[in-house]
This record gives sequence, structure tokens and C-alpha cells, in this order.
Amino acid sequence: MSLVEGFSFDLTVIWAFVIAFAVLVYVILDGFDLGLGMLFALERKRGDRDVMMNSVAPVWDGNETWLVLGGGGLMAAFPLAYALILPALYMPIILMLLALIFRGVAFEFRWRAGGGVSRGAWDAAFIGGSALASLCQGIALGALLQGIEIDKAARSYAGGWWDWLTPFSLTVGVAVMVGYMLLGATWLVMKTSGELQERMRTRAWPLGVVTVVFIGVISLWTPFLQEGYYARWFGGWHIGLAAGVGLAVLAIAALMFRSLTIHRHEYWPFALALALFTLCFVGLGVSMFPYVVPTEITIWEAAAPKLSQQFLLVGAVFLIPIILGYTAYAYWVFRGKVDPDSGYH
Amino acid sequence: MLGSFDAVLLARIQFAFTISFHFLFPAFTIGLASYLAVLNGLWLWTQKRRYLELFRYWVKIFALAFAMGVVSGIVMSYQFGTNWSVFSDKAGPVIGGPMAYEVLSAFFLEAGFLGIMLFGRDKVGPGLHMAACLAVAFGTFFSAFWIISVNSWMHTPAGFEIDAATGQFLPLDFWQVVFNPSFPYRLMHTVTAAYLTTAFIVGGVAAWHLLKRRRSGYAATPATRTMFSMAMWMAVIVAPVQIFLGDLHGINTLEHQPAKVMAMEGHYESHPDGAPLYLFGIPNDETQRLDYALGIPKLSSLILKHDLNAPLAGLDTIPDADQPPVGIVFWAFRIMVALGFAMLGIGVWSLWARWRGRLYDAPWLHRAALAMAPSGLIAVLAGWVTTEVGRQPFTVYGLLRTANSAAPLDAPAVGATLVAFIVIYFTVFGAGTYYILRLMGHAPGAGEPRLKDASEGPVRAAGKTAAHGDKPERSGAAKAGG
Repeated sequence: MSLVEGFSFDLTVIWAFVIAFAVLVYVILDGFDLGLGMLFALERKRGDRDVMMNSVAPVWDGNETWLVLGGGGLMAAFPLAYALILPALYMPIILMLLALIFRGVAFEFRWRAGGGVSRGAWDAAFIGGSALASLCQGIALGALLQGIEIDKAARSYAGGWWDWLTPFSLTVGVAVMVGYMLLGATWLVMKTSGELQERMRTRAWPLGVVTVVFIGVISLWTPFLQEGYYARWFGGWHIGLAAGVGLAVLAIAALMFRSLTIHRHEYWPFALALALFTLCFVGLGVSMFPYVVPTEITIWEAAAPKLSQQFLLVGAVFLIPIILGYTAYAYWVFRGKVDPDSGYH
Repeated sequence: MLGSFDAVLLARIQFAFTISFHFLFPAFTIGLASYLAVLNGLWLWTQKRRYLELFRYWVKIFALAFAMGVVSGIVMSYQFGTNWSVFSDKAGPVIGGPMAYEVLSAFFLEAGFLGIMLFGRDKVGPGLHMAACLAVAFGTFFSAFWIISVNSWMHTPAGFEIDAATGQFLPLDFWQVVFNPSFPYRLMHTVTAAYLTTAFIVGGVAAWHLLKRRRSGYAATPATRTMFSMAMWMAVIVAPVQIFLGDLHGINTLEHQPAKVMAMEGHYESHPDGAPLYLFGIPNDETQRLDYALGIPKLSSLILKHDLNAPLAGLDTIPDADQPPVGIVFWAFRIMVALGFAMLGIGVWSLWARWRGRLYDAPWLHRAALAMAPSGLIAVLAGWVTTEVGRQPFTVYGLLRTANSAAPLDAPAVGATLVAFIVIYFTVFGAGTYYILRLMGHAPGAGEPRLKDASEGPVRAAGKTAAHGDKPERSGAAKAGG
């Protein structure tokens, strides 16, 4: 009764989990960071914006490094997938990279701009860059899920350069924007105080409602994109799994709303928003596994030779826990509420 | 109208543009990270105020340059797939691992400790703050180690076999892959270049403030003097080392990529009994001749073979289809070498001025150092152009042609993104450069505000806002013992 026929637990599967882990960590870490960038648009006061930006200034760079690991790891462990997916998603990826440039430099430039127009321009770059990067990430995910056209014999992408643009991919794009804003708002509930915290609290719950609606829409839409997904979720006993995941999403969402409004917790809303994202990610994994290019190329077809996988795994097993350790330490050093007077002057 | 060739050419231009722009930042920050670690160490050790002032001065510039390096670097990690997908599929099993090691051992280390280095001095205490500075400095070195290893493998591939069915390069021995024949030379040459780049930028900024103070009749601040002195020591010590390393690298290239050296030297023809060193000439690929050549007989054989009469083969021994474009390589190489010797000249000049006791009172030396401020950046780019264009027409030397490496993209897609990259890079990084220059326009000294202007700490501008000029500097100098 295994989910996947002919499954065997090997290095390739380990690598699929390592890459998936890197992408998940990226999504939740840069997710709140990008979401915070979009929420910038709603906070007009300079002091509030300073506090928001300072809450992520020491860590944004580490957050984005997980994106590099996702890309670099994919090239190392699944070079064929890297070579098929990136040309297929050419436009959303390049736009995302350009958007990340604008928001990344805004962290530094905004404090160097004299004020007035140039500061406003970097604030706009931060907002626009965050929004476009989020949208493109969602579009890329949607475009991958809906499938890409490949020439298997030539080991090459065979579609056009606008194939990624569909109602589905756009829907996922908007969903990711809203979800990231939820992460950003709950992060700020945790990291700020006073009026700003109160506004974030009132923003978080409508964002949560819309996020859950999007999760529902995309979950119901996905099985109809490709037959494999349908069988995976609705075939036989699998329907029970689908129902279970759906209920879990609703339960977490309910806890999050109670935590936000009734208990008025500071840390729990963020933790629960992270749980919601993690659950969606696991669901996504269930849909895709064992394909890395749904539903054309499996992880085993795309895998690098065993020696390549071993070479990198030695380092990954040793270094990723260390990285998680000092990343956690950096968050610990800058824990607690943001001091409105600290940071750049 | 636009065929597949144009898409490849556009992809090459795009990669050349994004990588060149990107590399300017690490070329500067690799050296600057070490400089900051040294400054912080000297401050903790000697408690001389000027080192802390210099640390605070340069760390702000570092933060800006590093941020630009990060965002332009993320682009690079995806350009391999978006524009060079066939290359990635084929070479990924070999170079993907070392590239991922760069992320794991370097990028995370830098990113994880940068926040503490920039904002954490008061939160973690001086010991851990120093450790964070060292972590960032080592991170930049590990980064260079892995990416130079990958790049060197593309020049001198080793430790692999080629899969007959897929055409993929499959690793046989990763030790040989990582420590491929040109790697040690290229790594030393590149890291040393980064140190020189930083030294000349630091020296140029110091020279600017020495000149400015001289014109206004004030003595330069101790911090400015220290900065100039340290930069000039670097120039005098590192420039000759770099010339020596460059020579070793060239001899290594002659062994593994002779066609590149022929292009660098402008040797279209073989020279059976001693080849001349051409100082000048106009390479003419049509006639396969170096027009208006001006050369020193037999010197090239002496440099490359350490024998005046050693024979050197020319491009006439290489099939046309395997030759790199000579003009670009020939000139880029000459620019790099000329700047290297100019750096040595500044170093020697500074030594002489120092010996005469006029290091801080030598306006012509300061003017020259100011003019040479960007020389490292230019030399580094020229060096990369030499080696990368010299590898053409291959991506993996001798084995995978550039024309067969590109992604199956339409030329308009590549062209559109190329334009976007050019416009955005010049706008965004132009603004960043402007902010850096503006920071450099202020002299370092007492009252140097910290990145994190907390309310406690030994130095604070608050409460003595009127004393930003010379007074506290003099007291700082007195405390530091002159």
C-alpha cells in the first residue's frame, strides 16, 4: 500500500529530502521577510518602517542563502532537473532575481539615502521588489506543478517562453503573496510592540482567512491538472489522507485565529503560521513525489551519479546542522522586541 | 531573423556582464573582510582609538558592497541553469558538488555572522564579535576556494569520465576534480588580487583625505595616516608576490592551455628558436599576423621557458575552430600586467617616501595613489577577461564547446533580459557606488558614528555634537601615543 510503486530508500531519496528541506526553510524564512516587505506599503510612518526593517536587517541575508542552496543543491544532486526547470521558468526566475536585487539593496541603501525622494524610492524598491519576488516564486511553483513540456530524448526543455503563464500559475502566485504577508504580519506581532503590533494583529487574521481560502482553492484545483495528482489524492484510500490534511489545515488555522484574537499571544501566531506553511509544503511533496519534473522526470531519472551524491552528502550532513546552529544563534542574539532606537542612524 | 547563434551570443554577453559586475564586489570585499578583522583585532589588542575608528568607517562601506555582492551573486547561481542549461546538465555531476559546498561552507557562514559583525558588538561582547569578524573573513576565503576550484576545472578538467549515452561528465575522483591542475595557481592569484584591490582602494581613499587636509592646512587624522600606511605596506609586499604568482600561473597555463598563452602573447607564428615578447601590436585574425608589432627578441621564451632559445609554438599549430579571439585576450592581458607593475611602482615609491620620513607629506605620491585607487578592480576584470576569453571556444576546455552549452532559449527572451540586467545593474549598483563614494568622502576620525549607534559604549557622538572636528582627534592621537 505504498504511495509510490517501486519505491526504494536510497541516496537519491535522501537528496530529494535535503533539497525539499532547503526549499522549505527558504520559504518560511524569506517568506516572512518578503511578506514584511509587502506590509511596508501599508505602514506610512517612518519610525514604524525603521522598526520593521530592523527586525530583519541582521538576518535577511542568511534567509536568502537558502534559496542559493536550493538552486545549487538542485544542480548538484539533480542536474537534469535543474537544466529542464530553469529554462522553462526563465521569465519568472529572472524577474524574481531582479526583484530580489531591488529589495536586497534597499536594506542598505535606504539608510544611506539622504531622505525625501531618494529614501522614498528605496522604500518603493523594497515594497515592489518583495511583492514581485513573492509573485514570481508562486508563479514558478504553479508552473512547475502544472507540468512543463520537455523533449526527454534531447534532455531539453521543449516549450515556449510564455508557457508558465496560466490562470493556475497566477493564482498560486497571488496565494504565495498573501501567505507571505501572513507570515510577515505574525512575525511583526512577535517582534514589535504598541500600536504597530496592534495593527499587525488586526491585519494578520484577514490575511489568514484569505490564505486558507487560497489553500483550499489550489488543493482542489491541483488534482485536476494531471492525472497522477488525482490518483494520488482521490484514488482509493488516499481520499482519507486528503481529508486528513484538509482537516489539519483547518485545525491549525482555527488555533491561529484564537491565538491572535482571543488569547492575544505574541509568539504562537507566527509559530502556527509556520506550521500552516509546513503542512502545505508536505502536501505539495505528496503530490509531486517521486517526480522532480511532474509528471515526466522522477528523482531517480534526474539524479546525479552516486559518487556526486556521496561527495556532497558528507558535507551536507556535517554542515547543515552547524548552519542551523549558528543561524539559530544569530536569531537568538537579536531576539525579543526591536528597539526602535537601535539599528542604523 | 535571429538564429540560434544569436541566442548563444546574447547569453554569453549576458553572463559576461552579470559575472563581471558581480565580481567587482567580492574582489573588494574579500580583502576588506580581512582588513576589518585585522583592524578589529588591533583595536582589541592595542586599544588605540584609530583602529576602532577605521573599523567603523570601513564596516559601513563593507555592508553596502557586501549587500550588492550578495544580490548580484544570487543571480549567478541561477544563470547557470537559465542560460546554460545544457552545460549544467552535462557538467552538473562534477561541478555541482563543489558549488554547493561554496553555499554550505561560505555563504551561510558569511550571512550568519554578518549581522553580528555589523550590529552585534554590544550584544555579544568583544570576543564573540571578533569571532564573527573572523568568520566573515574566512567565509569570503572559502567562497573563493570553491568557486575558483569550479572555474579552474572548466579550464583544466580532471578526475572525470564522459558518459557515452548522455554526454554527461561523471566524477571519478573528487580530489582530482577539486584540486585540478590550474586550481592552486588560480586561487592564489585571485585571492592575492583581491587583497591588492582592497589595498589600493583603501590607499586611494587615504590619499584623497591626505591631499584634502593638506590643501586646507590641517594635519591629517591619525586614522587616515594609519590607513595610508597599512595600504602602502600591502602594496609593497603583495604586488611583487602577485607578479611572481602571475608568472607561475602563466607557466601553468602554457602547459595546459597553450592556445590561450599564444593569444596572450600575440604569437600567431611558431618560433622554433626563441620567441619575442611583444609589448605592442594590433592582432589581426584575418591575416593571422600581429600588425605594427614591437617586441623584445627571445624574452617570451625566457619568461615562459626560462631559456632564451626555447621553441614556442604559435597559433598556426591550432585549428582555426579551436582558437580563442586573439585581440581581446592580447589587450586584456597587457592591461592587467601594466597595472600590476604600476602597483609595484607605487609600493616602491611609498617605501622610498617612508624611508625619507615623508610618507604623509608626499603630495605626488598621494596623487598617484588616488589615481590608482580603482586599479585593482580594473586589473581583476582584465585578468578574468584574459583567462575566460582565452578558454574560448570552449566552456569545458577542449571537451564542451560554448555553442553546445547554451539553454534552448529564444533570442528575444535572452535579449530582453539582457537589456533589463544592464539597465537595472547600472541604476541600482550605480546608486550603491554613489553611496559608497559619499561615505568615502568623509575622513575617518573621532566621532565616526557606528553602524549601531547604541546609547552605551566608549565612543558616542551624542552629547558632544560640537566636537566633530579636530579636537577629539588630537586627544585620540595623544591617547594612542602620537
